[in-house]
Amino acid sequence: MDTALLLEWTLKVLILTFVLLTGFAYLTLLERKVLARIQVRLGPNRAGPYGLLQPLADGIKLLFKESIIPARADKVIFVLAPVVTVIPALVINAVLPWGRTVPMFGREVSLYVADINVALLYIMAISSIAVYGITLAGWSSNNKYALLGGLRAAAQMISYELALGLSLLGPVLLAGSLSLVDIVEAQRSMWYIVYQPLAAIIFLITGVAELNRAPFDLPEAEQELTAGYHTEYSGMKFALFYMAEYVKMITVSALFAVLFLGGYLGPFESQHPALGPVYLVVKILLGLFVLIWLRATLPRFRYDQLMRLGWKVLFPLALLNLVVTAVLVVLLG
Amino acid sequence: MSKVLHDIKAIGKGLATTFRSMLERPVTVQYPEQKRPVSKRYRGRHVLRRYDNGLERCIGCSLCAAACPADAIFVEAAENTDERRFSPGERYAAVYEINYLRCIFCGYCEEACPTEAIVLTDQYELSFENRRDAIYGKDRLLEPVPPEGQPTPQKTPPGVFVKPIPEMPDFPAWKP
Repeated sequence: MDTALLLEWTLKVLILTFVLLTGFAYLTLLERKVLARIQVRLGPNRAGPYGLLQPLADGIKLLFKESIIPARADKVIFVLAPVVTVIPALVINAVLPWGRTVPMFGREVSLYVADINVALLYIMAISSIAVYGITLAGWSSNNKYALLGGLRAAAQMISYELALGLSLLGPVLLAGSLSLVDIVEAQRSMWYIVYQPLAAIIFLITGVAELNRAPFDLPEAEQELTAGYHTEYSGMKFALFYMAEYVKMITVSALFAVLFLGGYLGPFESQHPALGPVYLVVKILLGLFVLIWLRATLPRFRYDQLMRLGWKVLFPLALLNLVVTAVLVVLLG
Repeated sequence: MSKVLHDIKAIGKGLATTFRSMLERPVTVQYPEQKRPVSKRYRGRHVLRRYDNGLERCIGCSLCAAACPADAIFVEAAENTDERRFSPGERYAAVYEINYLRCIFCGYCEEACPTEAIVLTDQYELSFENRRDAIYGKDRLLEPVPPEGQPTPQKTPPGVFVKPIPEMPDFPAWKP
């Protein structure tokens, strides 16, 4: 392995992390702005022009907040839980393809950190770790609301991960590969949302549930559980949970774009591969808008409704979709 | 099945509603720069009024303090003399304090006042950094001296102000 390659990888990882963390900060602003507009308000507009410095102000505020650890909390787990939640959210993005290869500094630079042949499996595996962080946060806080929030998060993840995994298999069957780059390249003729509309809808719904966002935000349901699993968290540790949630939002919309909307594909992309990231960013923004829009529109599900939807509706539908897709792939392709 | 379709239609309708509301003009008023007009009958911070010649209307009778249900008003009266005259009456308010942490802006003081000295204005920007600042004394309550008037205390000719309660409502008895 030569040094240039090592340097290239390091730089790509650093840039990706920087992009994700900046994206997280500005996603909070975007969400507040969009929610405000939907509620016929203006949203934050005091810190800098159009409120553009608001995320910075929030960050500084959280940094200087006192970090409280409850008296009888399990200290090690309490401190570790936010980290366990954030790291998987960031690590997942390593396999996301932002484009093909572009010539840069006299060498071909690929616009993804890693193109592994089991990328989707890797994503499923890593994203499941994040729920440990949330459950452990709830458990270690020594607070009944936090514990209930953590338990709900675990139950919700288990219920929706099955349908989520099955909906991912549709594009996998069509592309014949688990690698995200291969899946995107297989969509050159037609986006998979056309062939797999049901899988796309199931992915969207279960994705929202995996994110613990409205209308599936039961783990942090304010009205019942104060703030759910992060009730006892403050300062930067609280910010880490937020970071995990918003980075995962970016990841889910990026995955949706990659699996169903042709990822980095777009007009003139085949001649100019550098356009790839632009197209992907546009598609991610679209997905983020839908996530915020859903939050602004739909009220929270009741717990039994959540379970019924997951097990009795989404899971059978995803299974049916998988069987039909498999049969059609064998018959036609 | 029809119920499912109905539910999906309902979600679609909801999404359409929120999307449409996003295209509306925001109703936000940019407060410190932009202010909405208040009602004509708005009850905000008090002001102690003066007559046109600059004399204070308040005669220190303490009826406002008696009427106040929140016990927010404190009045200490003192005697006027022709050498040092604050009000046209026999007495004036030497100390007049309103505690805005207590005041409930009911306007009873305004109703009780026999000389229309205390009135509530439309001013609502009352924020304090400490409890001391919430107690307004005469220095902050008294309205500025009108153009033809003179500041109090005034030196007045003898024999003009002889009544304990000055005649109301118009009072042209003496001009400086």
